[in-house]
Amino acid sequence: MRHIISVLLENEAGALSRVAGLFSARAYNIESLTVAPTEDASLSRMTVITSGSDDVVEQITKQLNKLIEVVKVVDLSEAAHIERELMLIKVRAAGKDREEMKRMSDIFRGRIIDVTDGTYTIELTGTGAKLDAFLEALDKSVILETVRTGASGIARGERVLRA
Amino acid sequence: MELTGAEISGAEIVVRSLQEEGVDCIFGYPGGAVLWIYDELFKQDKVKHILVRHEQAAAHAADGYSRASKKVGVCLVTSGPGVTNAVTGIATAYMDSLPMVSISGQVPTYAIGEDAFQECDAVGITRPCVKHNFLVKAVEDIAPTMKKAFHIARSGRPGPVLVDIPKDITAAKCVFEYPKTVSLRSYNPVTKGHPGQIKKAAQLLLEAKRPMVYSGGGVVLGNASAQLRKLVQTLGVPCTNTLMGLGAYPATDKQFLGMLGMHGTYQANMAMQHSDVLIAIGARFDDRVIGDPKHFGSVARKIIHIDIDPSSISKRVKVDVPIVGDVGDVIDDLLKALESAKEKQDAKALKAWWAQIEEWRSKDCLRYDHKAAIIKPQFVVEKLWEITKGDAFVTSDVGQHQMWAAQFYKFDQPRRWINSGGLGTMGFGLPAAMGTQLANPGATVACVTGESSIQMCLQELSTCKQYRLPIKIINLNNRYMGMVRQWQQFFHGNRYSESYMNALPDFVKLAEGYGHSGMRIEDPKDVEPALREAFARKDDLIFMDFLTDQTENVYPMVPGGKGITEMILAEEL
Repeated sequence: MRHIISVLLENEAGALSRVAGLFSARAYNIESLTVAPTEDASLSRMTVITSGSDDVVEQITKQLNKLIEVVKVVDLSEAAHIERELMLIKVRAAGKDREEMKRMSDIFRGRIIDVTDGTYTIELTGTGAKLDAFLEALDKSVILETVRTGASGIARGERVLRA
Repeated sequence: MELTGAEISGAEIVVRSLQEEGVDCIFGYPGGAVLWIYDELFKQDKVKHILVRHEQAAAHAADGYSRASKKVGVCLVTSGPGVTNAVTGIATAYMDSLPMVSISGQVPTYAIGEDAFQECDAVGITRPCVKHNFLVKAVEDIAPTMKKAFHIARSGRPGPVLVDIPKDITAAKCVFEYPKTVSLRSYNPVTKGHPGQIKKAAQLLLEAKRPMVYSGGGVVLGNASAQLRKLVQTLGVPCTNTLMGLGAYPATDKQFLGMLGMHGTYQANMAMQHSDVLIAIGARFDDRVIGDPKHFGSVARKIIHIDIDPSSISKRVKVDVPIVGDVGDVIDDLLKALESAKEKQDAKALKAWWAQIEEWRSKDCLRYDHKAAIIKPQFVVEKLWEITKGDAFVTSDVGQHQMWAAQFYKFDQPRRWINSGGLGTMGFGLPAAMGTQLANPGATVACVTGESSIQMCLQELSTCKQYRLPIKIINLNNRYMGMVRQWQQFFHGNRYSESYMNALPDFVKLAEGYGHSGMRIEDPKDVEPALREAFARKDDLIFMDFLTDQTENVYPMVPGGKGITEMILAEEL
C-alpha cells in the first residue's frame, strides 16, 4: 500500500544521504522524496512517498527513527492529511493548439507563468493523481518538458509535527 | 559561552578528548593525514597506542578490546586506504553492536573533493556500517563531536561511530574545554520498559505450560547476565543462548540447553519450536537462529520480546508482547512483577516440559568419534576447555572451528566468547585476541582458528611480538575452508570448488619467523600434553597447529532457509 511519511530531521550535511541510503540499503521503495528547511532553520522537513506491506512500513518508520539525525517520524497516511505536488510543464502552444492549451490549463486551475510565440509554461499544483490526470488529458506530442517536485504532506486539523 | 585559556591544536584536542573519556588504549596505524595526532600521542603517556600491521586489525582489536572490557574501543587510521582497510572491522562491530569510536584522518578541508592524494569519502563509505559518523569541519567542533561520538557509541543499542578529521583542522588551534554533558534532541534511547507490558509478560510466563528463555548478544552487551540467571532460575525454565549470547547463562548449568540455531543443539532448537511462551531477550530472531520465519511461525506460541532497539522487534517474527528498554532494567522489573503476581506456575506442566526436553537432550546431538586415529577438532576444543578450566577468553575466526568452539567450550561467564557473529568476518580472531589480551593483562586468551581464517590477518603475529601478547593460537588445520567444504559436500554434490587450501605455510616455522614458538600436533594422544605445555608457558605466544580430520562436519545443521527443527544430525556412530 502507498504511504506518505513525514520526517523532521536535523538540517545537517549528510542527513539526506542517510535517509536515501537507508532506503536503498534495506531495499525499500521510494516513489518520491522532497526535503527543505523549515521555519526553524536547524530543521528540515521531508516527505517520502513509499509503498509496502504494513510490516515493511512499520520497519521503515522504525529504521528512520533510528537514524541519529531524525527527530520525528509520522506516517501521515494513518489519518486525514493533505498532500500537494507542484509540476512545471512546458508545452507547444502554437496555432490552433494555443487556445486549447489555455483552456486545458484553466480547467485544471493551472497558471501560465511563461509565454513565448510557440510555447507556454504552466504551473500546476495538486495531488499526484491530479497532475497525472493533466498529463493524460494532453496530447503527448505537445509536451516538451515536465518537472515535478514530488509530494509534500501535512496532517489535517490540529495534528502537528514539531520537534 | 566564551572560552578562555590557552589555545591548543586540534590534534591535541583529539588526544585530550580521549583522555577525558578515560581511554587508556587505542589501536592504530599512522599516515599523512593523522601525523599531527600522532605527534600529540607521542608527547603524552595516558593513552597507550598499539601499532597494528594493517588497519583492519586496528578495528578488530578495538572491537575485541571493547567486547572483553565493557569499554568503548578506539581505533585511529589515516585517510584513504587507512580508512577503507578499517571498513571490514567497522562493519563487523556494527553487525554485533559494539561500542567503538574510529578516528580517521582526512585530506585538508581545502582539498576535499579534488581527488587529492589518499582522499576518499570516509563518511560516505562508512555510512551504511556505522551507528553514526561525523566529518569535523572546524577545530572548535572537535571536542563536542568527540563527546557526541562516545555518547552515541555506548548508549542505546551500541555501535561504531566514525569521526573523520581533515588534517588542517588538527593543526588549527582553539581553546579546549571538554563538554560535561551531551544532549541530542533527536536521540534519546528508551531504557525503562513499559510497566503494563512487563505485567503482561509476567502473566504469560506464569501461565505458560512450555516456557522458554532465548537470549542473545544484547544480554552480554547490556551487562545483564546476573539478571538473566535470576530470571531463568526463579522460573525454573529452560534457557538457550545465541552464538552472540554465549556465557550470559552458564553453559554448565542444567537449565541451559546449549546454543540454538543453524548449528544449535537438538534440544535447544526443538524446545524453541515447541515452546508455548517464548521470551526473547536481547536477541533478534535472525536467519541463522530461527531459519525460515514461516516454518517458525507455523506453530502457535506467545512471544515476549525485550530489546533496546525497537526496530529489532517484529522484524522477522511478529511478537505479542514487545518491551523496548534496557534488558537489565526490564528483567529487574519483570522479576518484581513475577513476585507480586497472584498466579502460580503450573508445576505439573513444567515437569512434563522438562521430561520432554530431557528426552531431546538424550539424543546427545554433539557426540563424535572419540576413538578416531586422527585428531577430531571437537576433541581439541573439549580439551582446551578442560585445561583452561573453562575460564579462558576465547576468540575465534569464522567457519567450522568457530562453531565447534561455540558448541564445545562451555562458557560460564559473559564476555569470554569473542567472535564475529553477524558479519562473519574471517581474520577477526587474532586481532580480537590482541584487544582481549590488552584489556585483560595476565588473563588466559586463546584464539581458536583455522588455517584459512588465520591467514587473513596473520601479519598481526608481529604486533603480538612487539607488545608481548601471550595469546595461544589453536589452529584447527584441516587444509580446507571447512564450512565451505561442508556446504559443498551437502548441497553442491561434493564439488569442492576452490575450498582446498593448497600450498599452506609451515605454521611452526612461520611462528618462529615472527619470534614466537610453534607446535605441530598430529596424534590425538598428543593433544592434551601439548595444550598443557603451551598454557603453562604464560608469557609466550604459542602457535599450535593441530592437523585435524579433513572430513569432519559440524552437526547438527539446519540447511539455509529451512526450519530450525529440520536438522541434519551426525550419522549414528
